Amino acid sequence: MKKGIIIFSLLFVVIYLLAQTKPKTASQGGTDKASVDRGKKIYDIYCLACHQADGSGVPRLNPPLIKTKWVLGDKKELITVILKGMDEPIEVDGEDYNNVMASHAFLKDQEVADVLTYVRKSFGNKASGVISSEVKTVRATMK
Amino acid sequence: MKSLCLKLCLIFVMGMSGIVQAVANDTTKLAEKNGQRDVDNVVLKLPAGFGAVTVVDSLARNRHLAVNSNGDIYVKLARLKDGKGVLILREKANGKAEVVKSFGNYGGTGIAFKNGYLYTSSDSGVYRYKLNERGEVISPDAPETIVRGLVAGRQHQTKSIALDNAGNIYVNIGAPSNSCQVEDRGKGSKGKDPCPILDSAGGIWQFKADKPNQSYAEGIRYATGTRNIVGLDWNNTVNELYAMQHGRDNFYQNWSELYDSVESAELPAEEFLQIKKGSNFGWPYCYYDQVQKKKVLAPEYGGNKTTQGRCEGMDTPIIGFPGHWAPNALLFYTGNMFPEKYRNGAFIAFHGSWNRAPLKQKGYQVIFVPMKDGKPNGEWEVFADGFMGVQEIAAPRDAQYRPCGLAQGKDGSLYISDSVKGRIWKIIYNGK
Repeated sequence: MKKGIIIFSLLFVVIYLLAQTKPKTASQGGTDKASVDRGKKIYDIYCLACHQADGSGVPRLNPPLIKTKWVLGDKKELITVILKGMDEPIEVDGEDYNNVMASHAFLKDQEVADVLTYVRKSFGNKASGVISSEVKTVRATMK
Repeated sequence: MKSLCLKLCLIFVMGMSGIVQAVANDTTKLAEKNGQRDVDNVVLKLPAGFGAVTVVDSLARNRHLAVNSNGDIYVKLARLKDGKGVLILREKANGKAEVVKSFGNYGGTGIAFKNGYLYTSSDSGVYRYKLNERGEVISPDAPETIVRGLVAGRQHQTKSIALDNAGNIYVNIGAPSNSCQVEDRGKGSKGKDPCPILDSAGGIWQFKADKPNQSYAEGIRYATGTRNIVGLDWNNTVNELYAMQHGRDNFYQNWSELYDSVESAELPAEEFLQIKKGSNFGWPYCYYDQVQKKKVLAPEYGGNKTTQGRCEGMDTPIIGFPGHWAPNALLFYTGNMFPEKYRNGAFIAFHGSWNRAPLKQKGYQVIFVPMKDGKPNGEWEVFADGFMGVQEIAAPRDAQYRPCGLAQGKDGSLYISDSVKGRIWKIIYNGK
């Protein structure tokens, strides 16, 4: 009986630990909420001036980040934009945008993941987060 | 008795409300007559005695505009509308204008009349059209190419034009770069030294106004060290060129160890330049700090916010306006309609900022600088405001209108073009 209680307790502890660590392994840096919070800080420094606090961008210059296919679509492409920058005009929702975006490869994998998680979950966007291993993979293919 | 009183009271109240309503209607009508109140409720705020007439509500992506000797309004469009880049508008008796003709298969910014010709610009060249004795364009589909092959990058690519009285045309060639960094707009990226862009851009070039097919080889680099200019005008009282320079962006994003986001929003100045042949205003090596009132060495070239270094002795602006307001038009007023203080003074249309975030965006207005003998003669003041349609905005997309072009009417009125919806206002003075 005593043995049973110990096993049961151990099992409980293991389940508890698993439950605690699961989101960690999912985003490799804490929960999505934590990632969003860190991402906002990075956004405010490096992205906000061009893309604006509400993600609406600047007409003709800097594209909006609100529910566009660039933001909600393929994560790999989105990560590439951050790492490589963008030096070609793009069209979003029928409007052309021309300003140059510099490479932000100086950001660490986790920082890129955080800022993209923030962007994909803000401004009315409801997409999945980005994790640092996804950034690492894209960065590796660029070298 | 009681009911009679009630009836009388009711009639009185109804009568009063009727009067109040009538007054309100009159005010609205008056405002509508002056074009001050439109369907979207945007009201331009002007000095006492001035009124605004909306001559056209929405056109296209308007850039600069010019008024012909016959009173027709010529508007240059940034992008083609129905395949055309120049629209001619004619005002009707009720003050509203309609498009009577369109031509030109290129987008652009510059448009001006001089000595029997219409001059227009694309992003890479300048064209001219001969006018007949009635002031009409003779061959709208066959312009002469005056200048061709100018640098037109992905930023600051628009060309503005101004003509002097000695047969020359001046064209700004904006630098396709923020500050000539190795990596444009890159964090901590150093400036190229010397900046190779300056050979073919980042300045104002002078060409002959009547010679076809000129390019760099036939032109003169009249002034250098200007990052981007959109507002450009010739001042006939002193026979000199003036321009409004757009200062550089991104102090905080690229040099956060030196500048905080507030400094980055306020600096550097948007510069009002008096340009002489050979002027050098220092871009990309220098910028004008309107608080310290001096040209300062840029961080890309080793600057630390205060040192001048190679910027000592660089040409300075006659006014340093707050940062990032984006001056898109400059016009010296020579008409007789406005009061005496406006004569030969400068109107400047600011398109409004974007590089001020997270601070509120500013500068969506037309200002006036009193001038005497080609120099500012008193403090500048806001002339027309209210283009945003709301009290304040965080992002430029929230602005309903953005002033972009200025032109003087035959009668001395002032036309203002908007680039968002394509509205054009005519500002008139009817005070005493």
